[in-house]
Amino acid sequence: MVDLLFILVKIVVVFVALLLSVAYLTWLERKVLGHMQSRLGPHRVGINGLLQPIADGIKLFFKEDVIVTAADKVVYHLAPFIIVSTALLTIAVIPFGDAIKIFGHNILLRIADVNIGLLYIFALSSLGVYGIVLAGWSSNNKYALMGGLRSAAQMVSYELPLGLSTIGVLMQAESLSLSKIVQAQAAQGWFFLPQFIGFLIFFICAVAECNRTPFDLPEAEGELVAGFHIEYSSMKFALFFMAEYASVILMSALIVTLFFGGWLGPSFISCPAWCGPIWFGVKVFIFSFIFIWLRATFPRFRYDQLMKFGWKVLFPLSIINIAVTAVVMMR
Amino acid sequence: MIEKTIKGIWALLIGLSVTVKFFFTRPVTMKYPEEKREPYLRYRGSHILRLDEKGKEKCVACCLCATVCPAQVITIEAGEGNEHEKYPVTFEIDMGKCIFCGYCVEACPKAAIIMSQSYELAEYRREDLSYDKERLIKTGK
Ligand code: SF4
Ligand code: SF4
Repeated sequence: MVDLLFILVKIVVVFVALLLSVAYLTWLERKVLGHMQSRLGPHRVGINGLLQPIADGIKLFFKEDVIVTAADKVVYHLAPFIIVSTALLTIAVIPFGDAIKIFGHNILLRIADVNIGLLYIFALSSLGVYGIVLAGWSSNNKYALMGGLRSAAQMVSYELPLGLSTIGVLMQAESLSLSKIVQAQAAQGWFFLPQFIGFLIFFICAVAECNRTPFDLPEAEGELVAGFHIEYSSMKFALFFMAEYASVILMSALIVTLFFGGWLGPSFISCPAWCGPIWFGVKVFIFSFIFIWLRATFPRFRYDQLMKFGWKVLFPLSIINIAVTAVVMMR
Repeated sequence: MIEKTIKGIWALLIGLSVTVKFFFTRPVTMKYPEEKREPYLRYRGSHILRLDEKGKEKCVACCLCATVCPAQVITIEAGEGNEHEKYPVTFEIDMGKCIFCGYCVEACPKAAIIMSQSYELAEYRREDLSYDKERLIKTGK
């Protein structure tokens, strides 16, 4: 009974933290983009615009929910929920700390410790692409359809290297469970050094997975207006928005877990177990910042460039990475 | 091929360094209603009709400004004053159409019309954009 209570508390805490960080990631993004372009970014609502996400949320909530008459109603309504729920569900297996003791209870700082954690995440994130494709198809708009198709084509070119680039990590950690991977890094050192190529490939694919610049082909404002979510308004649009930022945070969390030692701090600083979530948060923040930094810097890939890059560069590189890891480990 | 790759990656890093450099420099944005930009000395803002020492308008209603105005927005009605001098009974400039070229200032033989530095000229009603004599004199004070 008490255990169940603890699990519920954990779920609530984690989701509230995730949603809050999603809200403030939008603020951070606008601020950082602004400053990188010599602007100020939002600064009117609250000190330094800190209440901006709340204002945006209220605004979106009260907007009219326009539904396209010629849309495929069921799919049209379903798509945002698919994309947002798959994005949020992935947090369940991310470990953000080691076990801590509260009131004599040993609490693992993760919602679910499944032994196929990585597969679970890949499965859900691939499902998330369905949300985009279905949204694009069902809204009966040529731009949305183009966005959806692009997303499908983009997915086939990056998901393979995304999966393959983690295999090096799996070989070294000998487990699919994310907490075991972190524990392996406690013993062997952080994996980004031996798996540097793998890390680079994974990072590039993670950017593509989140549909962020330079891989934001499905929404390409310049050509497709807004791409797959062009016909969505009000809270449905907000859900797409939330899903994008949630997946930025989750992909950062995954990068941190796989390559940067998850909740582990630097080995020369000793810190009790409750430091874990703090280290984890700091590292996730750094990677989320890099995501924004990339967006501020790079132009969008052209369609064929992305496919070429995925198939001719990332895919062979990830296979070579696996082979080299295998050879080194055999010795 | 390898050289090209290295050059490409180097170019990406240069791009990243540029954005991060701007991240740490001061933004150029001004928080407008609170901070206002100081206009340059020769900035051409809304017009002023000047008065002489006795508090009478300097303008002699010669209509040179109205003639030279390329936008034709100056309307003057001349009249005769107590000492048989010519003076403008009405003097109107339609700010909505004025292009702030400053030709009227150049044309004026009496230096009666000059331009101020005020640039906040927005109004809620179109009629308010037409400045009459009193308003043009008041701008100078
Ligand atoms: S500034 Fe130019 S357009 Fe405006 S009133 Fe003078 S002459 Fe006419
Ligand atoms: S040119 Fe000068 S003096 Fe002549 S009407 Fe215009 S403002 Fe008056």
